[in-house]
Amino acid sequence: MQRIFITVVIVLLCIAGASAQSSNKLVAASAARGKTVYLQRCMVCHQADGGGVPKLNAPLDGSSAVNSTNLAKLVKYIVKGFNDRVEIDGEFYENAMPAAADLTDQQIADVLTFIRSNWSNKAGPVTALQVKQTRSKLK
Amino acid sequence: MKKVTQISIFSCLFMSLLLTAISTSAQNIKPDADNAGLSLPAGFAALKVADNVGRTRHIAVNKQGAIYAKLERLDNGKGIVVLKDTDGDGRAETKTSFGNYIGTGIAIKGNYLYAASNKEVFKYALNATGDIVDENAVATIVTGLMDKGQHNSKSITLDNAGNIYVNIGAPSNACQEKDRTKGSMGMMPCPILDSAGGIWQFKVDQLNQSYASGVRYATGLRNVVGLDWNNQLNQLFVTQHGRDMLNNLYPDLYDTTISAELPSETMYAINKGDNAGWPYVYYDHFKGKKMMAPEYGGDGKKTVDDKFINPAIAFPGHMAPNGLLFYTGNQFPARYKNGAFIAFHGSWNRSPLPQEGYYVVFVPYENGKPTGKWEVFANGFSGKSVVKNPRDAQHRPCGLAEGPDGSLYISDDVKGTIYRIMYQK
Repeated sequence: MQRIFITVVIVLLCIAGASAQSSNKLVAASAARGKTVYLQRCMVCHQADGGGVPKLNAPLDGSSAVNSTNLAKLVKYIVKGFNDRVEIDGEFYENAMPAAADLTDQQIADVLTFIRSNWSNKAGPVTALQVKQTRSKLK
Repeated sequence: MKKVTQISIFSCLFMSLLLTAISTSAQNIKPDADNAGLSLPAGFAALKVADNVGRTRHIAVNKQGAIYAKLERLDNGKGIVVLKDTDGDGRAETKTSFGNYIGTGIAIKGNYLYAASNKEVFKYALNATGDIVDENAVATIVTGLMDKGQHNSKSITLDNAGNIYVNIGAPSNACQEKDRTKGSMGMMPCPILDSAGGIWQFKVDQLNQSYASGVRYATGLRNVVGLDWNNQLNQLFVTQHGRDMLNNLYPDLYDTTISAELPSETMYAINKGDNAGWPYVYYDHFKGKKMMAPEYGGDGKKTVDDKFINPAIAFPGHMAPNGLLFYTGNQFPARYKNGAFIAFHGSWNRSPLPQEGYYVVFVPYENGKPTGKWEVFANGFSGKSVVKNPRDAQHRPCGLAEGPDGSLYISDDVKGTIYRIMYQK
């Protein structure tokens, strides 16, 4: 009986390990695709180091918004753009962010996954399903 | 008693003459051992007048050598800093401040100091020692100018006929229906030009002027930050920041290399009524042509020859010419006299290519025209051999001013360093 229990535990651990591994692979693949989107659509303003441009374009590296759990806000910035004159982590930025409404749910999930895990950022991945759900609620 | 008074008056005069001599002779001032971290042409030397002054945008120097610097972020609630060298060593010993508004433009003309917020222009009287008579006795000469965040800084310069010139930057990249958005067309005509995207002229001796009482002196200028009145030619000159994102918005027409180099940054000699063509055209210094903007039907090849003025000189793209100064002093070698210094704040819109600018350029003039060649005059502000990302730059040159002895002053709006460049044979 004890032996059966141990075997079951081992099997379960293996499955969990394998699924974690495959999930890591999925996240890595999403971030890799996200990097391509970033280079084409985001980098010109937010820069290769995610540092933005002082006083013009907000940084993504170390940004409280980028690293927050409020995904709805991030999805909204991408889909609707951003042109409010508000203080972001103690600074004001002049340039308007254009809407990128042509990006698919998957592309937005990918680019957010890339941004949230790159440079000094250590926030979790974003799935296409999460983007779809928050996007459908946007006015 | 009378004799004592005479002697004391005499010695006071003598002392002040002596002090003036000390504070204005660049030959006697010891530069920084490392020339303030700058590389300069042979014979020139530099020192840091002050450090950590705040985000110093434009600067003005009075006849006594005191520096007035405009801040774009308040420091202890104040937006204008006054720096004075009290012992003649070239470095500022005292720092005072006043004015509760941020901004960029600042200028001295006659016995007045003029300073701009992002919406207004103010005027203060100076006394015989070049100090503000009463910082609370401020006259608002211009008010209600457009400030929508993007390109909101107001730069100023004055002519010799009682007029002040103010740039009003367009709150837009290329006057698209949706700013900086791929696929959005340019508005025709561009409605922004009614109240921005140009230079406005106002009277120095009238209060509370705005669009209705001012003159739109020149239009079709996207965002001018450097402007100066050329007293030799009696003409306004301006430096424009050209539009961004040709590759991002039109990847099929412009690759990243072309988009880094174009459009040109431009300096214009302005006559009243001139139109420089933004947003309908941009300048291409490789072709030497005005090009139709892609938002208005351009394809990177169509030129526009029959309207809009040409630049006096053009530079590579995105370098951000923030300061313009025509040199009138006698301290520098003769070739510098009546030529133009331009402070390039440095680019961001050249990525993925390395950034450019972050230096002060000299444009030689002959017979009232640029010779066509420009040269880097002062470099090393960024502290990097290559600036990949703008936040890596330690200093970024922004404002320029000429001291009473012909020294060139340069402000930095990252760390608030004020540099003084001297010629020392």
